[in-house]
Amino acid sequence: MSLNHFDINEIRKQFPVLDQQVYGKQLVYFDNAATTQKPLCVIERERDYYLHENCNIHRGVHYLSQMATEAYENARKTVAQFINARQAQEIVFTRGTTESLNLLATSLGQLLFSDENKTSNFKLQASNSPKVVVSAMEHHSNMVPWQQMLDRINNSDRINKINKMNNLLVIRMDKNGVLDLNHYEELLKQRPKIVSIAHISNTLGTVNPIKEMIAMAHKYDIPVVIDGAQSMAHQVIDVQDLDCDFYVFSGHKMYAPMGIGGLYGKMEWLEKMPPYQFGGEMVDKVSFEKTTFNKVPFKFEAGTPNVGAALGLETAVKFIQSFDRQEVEAYEDELLRYATEKLSTIEGIRFIGQAPKRNGLISFVIDGIHPYDLGTIIDKMGVAVRTGHHCAEPVMTFFDIPGTVRASFAMYNTKEEIDIFVKAVNKAATMLR
Amino acid sequence: MTIKEIQDSIVEEFSMFDDWMDRYAMLIEMGKECPIIDPQYRNDNYLINGCQSRVWLHAEKRDGKIYFTADSDAVITKGIINLLIKVFSGQTPADILAADMSFLDEIGLKEHLSPTRSNGLLSMVKQMMLYAEVMNN
Repeated sequence: MSLNHFDINEIRKQFPVLDQQVYGKQLVYFDNAATTQKPLCVIERERDYYLHENCNIHRGVHYLSQMATEAYENARKTVAQFINARQAQEIVFTRGTTESLNLLATSLGQLLFSDENKTSNFKLQASNSPKVVVSAMEHHSNMVPWQQMLDRINNSDRINKINKMNNLLVIRMDKNGVLDLNHYEELLKQRPKIVSIAHISNTLGTVNPIKEMIAMAHKYDIPVVIDGAQSMAHQVIDVQDLDCDFYVFSGHKMYAPMGIGGLYGKMEWLEKMPPYQFGGEMVDKVSFEKTTFNKVPFKFEAGTPNVGAALGLETAVKFIQSFDRQEVEAYEDELLRYATEKLSTIEGIRFIGQAPKRNGLISFVIDGIHPYDLGTIIDKMGVAVRTGHHCAEPVMTFFDIPGTVRASFAMYNTKEEIDIFVKAVNKAATMLR
Repeated sequence: MTIKEIQDSIVEEFSMFDDWMDRYAMLIEMGKECPIIDPQYRNDNYLINGCQSRVWLHAEKRDGKIYFTADSDAVITKGIINLLIKVFSGQTPADILAADMSFLDEIGLKEHLSPTRSNGLLSMVKQMMLYAEVMNN
């Protein structure tokens, strides 16, 4: 397949939503970490599915059902190749990152912690009570499911309940938003059962050294979950090279429709894990006495899946692959560098997250100005950014701020847009001071 | 001035501007002029629920009238609460409870606020009405 030349004007034509005015001003869309816009090819693919192919899959004997099933399974293959999974069956389609993480907290949690539950309270020592490692920069989706799962286990255990054990072990970070790997090593020595960390922080933009962190956990035989919500659109992901046990992502943050995402898991894990939800395609044989379950990945895909969105995801993957990935990455890095340089000239600005390796977004506060006020004013100038805690309240607590202004970029953004954005921030800051 | 007269003058002030940027500039100015809550009341007991930025509101009754003070960490929010304070402060509980709030629609404030801020505005009005109800005896 020959690669498309990276032509920003041609790319922008693929995203009709960008070409509009809000409040009479040209829209500048810098909220890509929340969700990216969708290219025409993705929109048309999903539309085509409903125009010509719509059918429930995996069950009908008729023509349309077989075609839809084949298309859906091809989408799985495309996603598997995109992240270099060993086989297509290692991809479970979910609604997105959050559902993938909830699936893991429930299912992997059940697999790894059920023995502990059976152990009598007298035998259960603090040292082998269930623990999960996350990092200080996780968004709520990669923290709350683990926390709640641990709470359920601990509440059913008398000793843990009395001791009020907090078994969510949190890797510290420094003021630049860089994880403390020595602290991580110490936490690993406490024998946690699972490590779950973000590839790229949605608030700070930090790119974590996940390959190194995965290898560290594996020395202790601990499986590692990587939250790839912020990385799939921006970086080349090779799950075999990373050697992660699980990698989760959302389609809608990588130019695909909403309502579709994925969970990559090593086959040996997926085979051992119990189902998460029940009913529909995930069963093998059912009687009122007993049900046996379908094989991987179907046992994790209860109910009718979002076939149209899965096909849209496949098209989004092909759209990303149609460019030279290094070229896109370099372009996005240059946007980040340029935005940082231009914003630095604003009086009283403080960047939240100054890790040497950052990707895709820039978070900041301005002295004496509430991020929410700033976001409100620049919105009226056509600039869409996210303000607030970015579903990562502990991160805000760490930096002792009510929230940040976050500008996040995609391949269709331009330096001209950054100029408009910086001008808007300057004007808003003058008004608000 | 009666509540109605104050509301009319606010509607008139807002209608002088075509551009919502200018109206925001006015709200920001109002925020800077907000009668600030005594620091002892700037705590969770006086926090209004339902606002994305924090806003504290205190009320006291003197000579049969209610006087409000407030604060917020966001200046636009502070402007919005001060707009309401201008309308309600120095009025009797009965007048506050009987007030017609349609002036908020007339100045177009509700639809120009983000949904979260618009909800916050309603929470502020509700909180002021609650104070009036409690002090109406």
